[in-house]
Amino acid sequence: METPANWTDLKAALDGLDYVASDDLSMALHLAITLGKPLLLEGAAGVGKTQIAKTLSELFATKLIRLQCYEGLDASSAIYEWNYQRQLLAIRAASESGEAGNVEERIFSDKYLMARPLLEAIQQETPPVLLIDEVDRADEEFEAYLLEILAEFQISIPELGTISARSKPHVILTSNGTRDLSDALRRRCLYAYVEYPDRKTELAILQKRQPGLAARLAEQIVGVVQALRKEELEKTPGVAEMLDWAAALSGLGINDLTDDPEAVQASLVCLLKTQSDRAAIPIEVQERLVGKAA
Amino acid sequence: MLVSRFTERSTIEDRMAGFMAHLRLNGFPAGLGETETALRAMQAIEPLNPDELRLALSSICATNADRKQRFNDLFRAYWLSDGRIRHENRPKGHDRQDRRSVQTSNIRAHEIAAGSSGTPDAPDDGQDGEVETGGEGQLVAARIENLRKTDLRHLVTPEDIAEAERMAFQLARAIRDRRSRRRKAARRGAQLDLRRIARHSVAHGGDPIELFQRKRPDRPVRLSVILDVSGSMMIYARAFLAFVRGLVSADLHTEAYLLHTRLIRVTDTMREGETLKSVGRLSLMSSGIGGGTKIGENLKTFCSQYARHSVNSRSVVIILSDGYDTGDPALVGEALARLKKRGCRVLWLNPLKGWAGYEPVARGMAAAIPHLDLFASANTLEGLAALEPELARL
Repeated sequence: METPANWTDLKAALDGLDYVASDDLSMALHLAITLGKPLLLEGAAGVGKTQIAKTLSELFATKLIRLQCYEGLDASSAIYEWNYQRQLLAIRAASESGEAGNVEERIFSDKYLMARPLLEAIQQETPPVLLIDEVDRADEEFEAYLLEILAEFQISIPELGTISARSKPHVILTSNGTRDLSDALRRRCLYAYVEYPDRKTELAILQKRQPGLAARLAEQIVGVVQALRKEELEKTPGVAEMLDWAAALSGLGINDLTDDPEAVQASLVCLLKTQSDRAAIPIEVQERLVGKAA
Repeated sequence: MLVSRFTERSTIEDRMAGFMAHLRLNGFPAGLGETETALRAMQAIEPLNPDELRLALSSICATNADRKQRFNDLFRAYWLSDGRIRHENRPKGHDRQDRRSVQTSNIRAHEIAAGSSGTPDAPDDGQDGEVETGGEGQLVAARIENLRKTDLRHLVTPEDIAEAERMAFQLARAIRDRRSRRRKAARRGAQLDLRRIARHSVAHGGDPIELFQRKRPDRPVRLSVILDVSGSMMIYARAFLAFVRGLVSADLHTEAYLLHTRLIRVTDTMREGETLKSVGRLSLMSSGIGGGTKIGENLKTFCSQYARHSVNSRSVVIILSDGYDTGDPALVGEALARLKKRGCRVLWLNPLKGWAGYEPVARGMAAAIPHLDLFASANTLEGLAALEPELARL
């Protein structure tokens, strides 16, 4: 699909793919696409940061390449690695067949190179969406390396030379704030903070994702989740949890939250993910929340 | 109707560069790169629509959640008719308080002593104010002409400020230096590792030829300082800012926050340059400075946002505040209880506590006291220095 001409078009296009984006986010995305800059998304867990990358790749009908960051992530699993086994086999085969000469040249060629997400992303013909997920989990050294790639879109491999990008990927970075990212990285990127959606938006999201749901139940679900976010919880339920819960409720055949408090209480496992949160919302509190939402 | 205040002759490049300078003044890392990106971005949007421009510039310049929150005010201050001055985003309808906080910010000490103006911030309900602004309220020891005993609000000269900073540096050292109770093998340790020596001596027929040592490894304590800079604390602000700076510069892991109606992390600003300069920048950064206080709410923010990464069982959280809370005081207790669950120690330094006849009746303060490990006065340098042995014991 063609790039949408302005940010409202983009917003509408995302809407068509069942992603309800805020103005802030749509504008940031629009600029990221037109200016070719990476986009850094921050926000609580479960507000749809990762989902936006998936939706974007769907919108452009391109590949989504995902790099999940973790502590200790290094160049060999993020950028490229030589296929050592194949290289060894090739050397062995060459020595047995008595082939001398350019073995070395051969084994350090494209054929023996395993592209990891970053290299793969710049080798695509059509610009893919490159999702660098939870970049805050990676070490600071990796962040510095990432900066270089994001600035130049080229990767130098000592044995092969420099590979520059065939097409510039749309880069989306997400962070949950486990550590503060460096200002250098922040300045390289456009920034959007993804908030928990408001009641109306969340209802729209739920209806997009679960079109079969009765309007009344949908409103109750969103009402309860919104109220839960105001409670004192360790892990605030995100949009993903809300959708899980909605799916669970419709799976249980519940049509009205007030009908069966015990079943609803049991289904809260979808929303409350720690013991103390479970304890903080006993059945009385849950009934009160449901009562308010209804 | 909002009207642009620019003359027709200034070019869009000039204006954009001016806006970046405005952001820089307010603590954003905005430079040439951002200006260039912003100008390019203007071709991709409808630049005459203020909302659209705001969204676009915000995604370019506001590069973290805190800046995002402040961006809209700064944007309005520059591009719309408010003019390029620092934008005071105080709520309307509090004129009286506003005027007062302006007064307190440049108040002189004798005015307070005479009780003429600049009453420190109104207490919670106007009734249980323990602050007598007459001569009674003065610190007893302050009469002695000794810098160390002078109430901190009288400290104004750069030397005094430097002294406060030095004191804080020492205190931070006292808090920070902790050794583990356990011992670990070490190449250069204080004690001999007898068990290991005995074990290895077996190989030499019982002669202890190889010596091994052990030591108690460092377990540095991490500090987080929260300084209240609301109207009522304004008279102490300079000395306390210097104090906080001293704490921050003693150790790389110390975090500093300012608190008024919002909580702002100021660690990085505190680290750079001279004290007075950073004080100037801080006042720009937090436009609500000298206004009301929402201690409870902000402590809650601290718990949910910052404490997760910076507070653990080896942390000490220092709160410098007089406990006057314009928000719900019950929240203070709740937030502190939650903070304590992280296993940290919490100290509250209250400048009012050193005043004669002080009782912690401000409701915020009263709610906080059960959760504190140490509640101490902090209105003289001597008082602060006297904390050192207490802190070393925490």
